[in-house]
Amino acid sequence: MEDLSWGSIIARILTQFWPVWIGMILVFALSISYKRRLGLYGKLFDSTIGMVGFALVLFWFFTAIFADMIAMYEPLKVVSGMKNKVPGTALPDGSGYYLFGGDGLARDVFSRMVMGAREVLIIAPAATLFAFMVGITLGLPAGYFGGRLDTFLSFLANLVLAFPVILLFYLLVTPEIVLTGIPTYLAAVLFLFPIIFLVILFNSRFFVQPKKRNIYVAITLVVGLWLYLGLAWNADPLGLVSMQPNILIVFVSVVFVNSPTVFRIVRGIVLDIKTRDYVAAGQTRGEGPWYIMLWEILPNARGPLIVDFCLRIGYTTILLGTLGFFGLGVSPDSPDWGSTINEGRRLLSIYPHPALVPAIALMSLVLGLNLLADGLREESLRD
Amino acid sequence: MLMFILRRLGTMLITALCLTFIVFFLTNLPPNLEKVAKSEAGSRISDEEVESWLEKNGYAQPIIIRYGEWLGVIPGWTREGDDGRITGRCVKPDMSPEEVPGFCGILQGEWGFSTVFKEEVGTIINRRLGLTGILMGCVMLVMVPVALIVGVLAGMREGSRLDRSLSTASIATTATPEYVSGVIFIAVFASSAVGLKWFSGTATSAMDDITFANFTLPVVTIALYGIGYIARMTRASMAEVMTAQYIRTARLKGVSFPNIVMKHALRNALIAPFTVIMLQFPWLLNGVVIVETLFNYKGFGWTLVEAAGNNDIELLLACSVVAVFVVLVTQLISDIGYVFLNPRIRIS
Repeated sequence: MEDLSWGSIIARILTQFWPVWIGMILVFALSISYKRRLGLYGKLFDSTIGMVGFALVLFWFFTAIFADMIAMYEPLKVVSGMKNKVPGTALPDGSGYYLFGGDGLARDVFSRMVMGAREVLIIAPAATLFAFMVGITLGLPAGYFGGRLDTFLSFLANLVLAFPVILLFYLLVTPEIVLTGIPTYLAAVLFLFPIIFLVILFNSRFFVQPKKRNIYVAITLVVGLWLYLGLAWNADPLGLVSMQPNILIVFVSVVFVNSPTVFRIVRGIVLDIKTRDYVAAGQTRGEGPWYIMLWEILPNARGPLIVDFCLRIGYTTILLGTLGFFGLGVSPDSPDWGSTINEGRRLLSIYPHPALVPAIALMSLVLGLNLLADGLREESLRD
Repeated sequence: MLMFILRRLGTMLITALCLTFIVFFLTNLPPNLEKVAKSEAGSRISDEEVESWLEKNGYAQPIIIRYGEWLGVIPGWTREGDDGRITGRCVKPDMSPEEVPGFCGILQGEWGFSTVFKEEVGTIINRRLGLTGILMGCVMLVMVPVALIVGVLAGMREGSRLDRSLSTASIATTATPEYVSGVIFIAVFASSAVGLKWFSGTATSAMDDITFANFTLPVVTIALYGIGYIARMTRASMAEVMTAQYIRTARLKGVSFPNIVMKHALRNALIAPFTVIMLQFPWLLNGVVIVETLFNYKGFGWTLVEAAGNNDIELLLACSVVAVFVVLVTQLISDIGYVFLNPRIRIS
């Protein structure tokens, strides 16, 4: 078979992404036609920058969902004779093409990029969510109560923030540390926060309706502790939930690095909001401090928090890439973008394509998230 | 003001102690020590031999005491061997027992010995920091003026087309981490297969002789990631100043627009970016590690990666001390500088 020209490579790639295009068209058509009823999300479609960002994020989101349909080969499949081949090279047996060429181990760069999107989009948003849970659970009382608690927590946050991120990764994400079990303990502490957060959330809301409260708190505790045992201790009694040790350590260290910044942001917002009249009104009505924090202050802080959440997913993606770039944590064959860039950079000046493809993928995802955050910020400031 | 600086210094000292202790603890975990013993005394030794080696070399003491020794506030351990020879933390091979100093930690300037480079840690760090200093200096020379100009241009007319395009460009650069932009730059400007072949893809030769060809890409790669962030901060600060009453007064008096920007707005608009620029130093440290690895420039960042990758405890500790020191000092300078630059805070 003939090798492909650039035009036909692009055409084939565009057709390969067909589930993504359908998904994007559906989401955009629905959102634009109902945008007046969708609140802040709908307003996003008034700003060009926000729409471009949303489109990029959506593209990678659907790519991650439909990765099995889009990828043409297994990410670990090796075809002999395809080592470092340029984009558009036909397979030796004529059964297809490596659209973005082959990497140093004769695997398909295109399929690895697509499967890498799945890896990145599972870890990054989840880690960011956990970091937010930790940051909010600690930042609300620090800002609201102040005093010793605030001094202590702020000191801890500054301590973590004063660590250069790469040094922290090099200290935390090594096989020796895994042996000592420190990541598990760290996970054991950090993974408790979402449960604490949700329990306090429901408890303060339904405190006056004990029946409802008991149901909600019980459900949270059962599901939360089940997941907690499985994820942090790898001791799920049903054997369903577990996390590979190397993914766990990457996850934990990313949460650990991110949560102090979230803590600072939340604390700053709370310090500002707690002087408002509606908080004083809540206090005179005799509402409990946690009710005020979680149901009066937090909803009013959602604007900056949502914007920061978008930015932080992008930042977490960058951090994950950094870990992969230094070969820390993730398994060597993993198709995630950071490791692929790391593998490709050895022969970068001769065969640039294996490193260039994941690099551009990572950049476009982070760019999309940053533009989305910018669009959201602009639209939320408008009202 | 003096009280403020003293209090900041106190907090900084406590933070530094906590951080170095954490690093010390993490680098001296049992598995790390076992690895050291195996690399020094042979990889096939049994567990008992590992333990006796650790015992003989002072690694078996409680971690707090060893931290104190390393710091230089607790006398170094000594031990008389079976043959009457004295070994100890502070004992060098050619010393007589009377010459041995009591303390030898980083406070006495004893940084230890690197197992990877077979050299005194102090000399390694000095040389590597010099190389990185040159890189950082060039980055600052490129990054700060470009970022400030972009930020001021974007912020002086908020919402204009210039503002929109410059802001989007800044967002794009903050979305491009060093390992991505570095890879793209090498592919475009330095690849021997395709592309422009303007620059060299490694900076190894820049350690002896800096040329435009071998130093441009590393500098631009680090600078680019920072430019976007500083420019956005400058833009926000500039846009805020431009809406102030005194700017409007100046306009109504008929002062020309360039004059307003240069003489009235700029001074006030640059207070906030100063803090941001100072706080960028820790970030530069990250960028330096990535870029030095990517371009094979053997400076401080490269040394850190080597030390961490090869379990070189003393060197890694020294690197961490330097890194933590840089972070804390820049924080202090940015705090003091902010107070100093801003008359509203300085006078009250």
